[in-house]
Amino acid sequence: MSREEAVLFDAQGPRARRRTTIGTAVAVVALLGLAYVVARRLADRDQFSMEKWGPLINPGNENFGAVWGLFGEGIRNTIIAAVIAMTLSIVLGTLIAVARLSLGRAGRIPLVGLVELFRGLPVVVLVYFGVRVLPDVGLDLRDWPGGQVLWGLIIGLTAYNMVIFAEVVRAGVASLPRGQREAALATGLTNGQTMRIVLLPQAFRVMLPAIISQLVVVLKDTSLVTFVANYDELLSQGESIRRNLDNPIQTFVVVALLYIAINYALSRLAQWIQARQARGSTAKATGGGDLVPVRDGA
Amino acid sequence: MGPVLENLDLFVQGFLTSLSIILWALVGSLLLGVLIAACRVSPVPPLRAFGSFWVTTFRNTPLSVVLFACAFGLPEIGINRSFFFFGVLGLVLYTSAFVCEAVRSGINSVPAGQAEAARSIGLNFGQALRYVVLPQALRTVIPPLGSVVIAMFKNSAVVGAFGVGGDLWSTGQTLVSARGFETLPIFTGVAIGFLLITLPAGALLQVIERKAAIAR
Repeated sequence: MSREEAVLFDAQGPRARRRTTIGTAVAVVALLGLAYVVARRLADRDQFSMEKWGPLINPGNENFGAVWGLFGEGIRNTIIAAVIAMTLSIVLGTLIAVARLSLGRAGRIPLVGLVELFRGLPVVVLVYFGVRVLPDVGLDLRDWPGGQVLWGLIIGLTAYNMVIFAEVVRAGVASLPRGQREAALATGLTNGQTMRIVLLPQAFRVMLPAIISQLVVVLKDTSLVTFVANYDELLSQGESIRRNLDNPIQTFVVVALLYIAINYALSRLAQWIQARQARGSTAKATGGGDLVPVRDGA
Repeated sequence: MGPVLENLDLFVQGFLTSLSIILWALVGSLLLGVLIAACRVSPVPPLRAFGSFWVTTFRNTPLSVVLFACAFGLPEIGINRSFFFFGVLGLVLYTSAFVCEAVRSGINSVPAGQAEAARSIGLNFGQALRYVVLPQALRTVIPPLGSVVIAMFKNSAVVGAFGVGGDLWSTGQTLVSARGFETLPIFTGVAIGFLLITLPAGALLQVIERKAAIAR
């Protein structure tokens, strides 16, 4: 148990340890009982049968190849959309943040409005705008590689996440010690050079964990396109498998596990980078740790 | 904006349905989230493990997958309810993981020295919790919890997208697909509806945050 978590209770003496042991026994019995009730219910409704699980876990099953072909394609499409949307969000978000930091009070107002607008809208509404509304108002992306749905999805996700990044970048730059900027200007760098060469690289280092955590959000949000149009990402593929094989519980458990595996790995990577940075002195001096829990989105 | 004004009653109805999804999900996810957080900070190891399992599962699964699993999976084991019920249930399960993490981070941000100081002046566990730790913890929880709640307001649109009838999103969908209205005005109306919920909520949160801030 880490030190910070010890705030609620002291190091345990013999009596508290005995109580904990009793609590452990009670909790184990309660959790096992819960697991038994669920498993019993599933077994009674024949949810453990190989007829339902076979296509997903038995390589000998006739549908196994097709099912995992669909999942593979789904994962690939999910990652493509997420990575492009993420890259665009970082680039545009940085531009918005830099503009906000370097413009005067009056110039900032439209940018603040933009940030508040896109942050206040549900991602699924923005994805709908990207996929369905843009073609109606004349922005036809059908000829782009990947087509209207992919680019509409990317535009929706980017609109939402770029303003989140703008805020992250702004906070990152603001968290740097004032002397960094003053020293850079004193050596004769222009404002633009100071931002590009001195401030942004340091801010990005501090923000790296936040960026990776947000990638998890974007990955999850790609699944929203299922409600809007046909783009064969992971959830849509699960949907068509469920419709064909009529095994919703089994299919969605596997879909969820695939998402969890990818996202958990990314979260751990973010934690690892953060821990590494905490050992160096810059991150501590700039209070970079405060920036991490950004995760915002569906 | 013609199509929106002509169907203003439908939009108002949709707005109210969205609000009722939000209210049910708010109560449910706060209760469940605090319960899971209590598991995660408790001294009993199996409960802590259960809490981490819950958070890892629901934080890394998209809300849409949770909703599909509820709506299509639960009837398979004999639980037949309305889409509204499944929608709110899915939103509660998903949001509870984020509520748990917000609450836990707030509790953990109280410096250990505060509890030690409380004990050293002779307060017992209950008193230390009541007078020293919890008042500080609850205030530090407000900003992260507020962000989680606002994210949940926006996520209620996903519940509508997934087939709960009559909320803001599905009202827009129906007007576009069944009655052939233009997408732009209709979805601008939907967007304004959501902004009417999220922008005041964000402003309110900032006011509360400023009032509850503790200098540390």
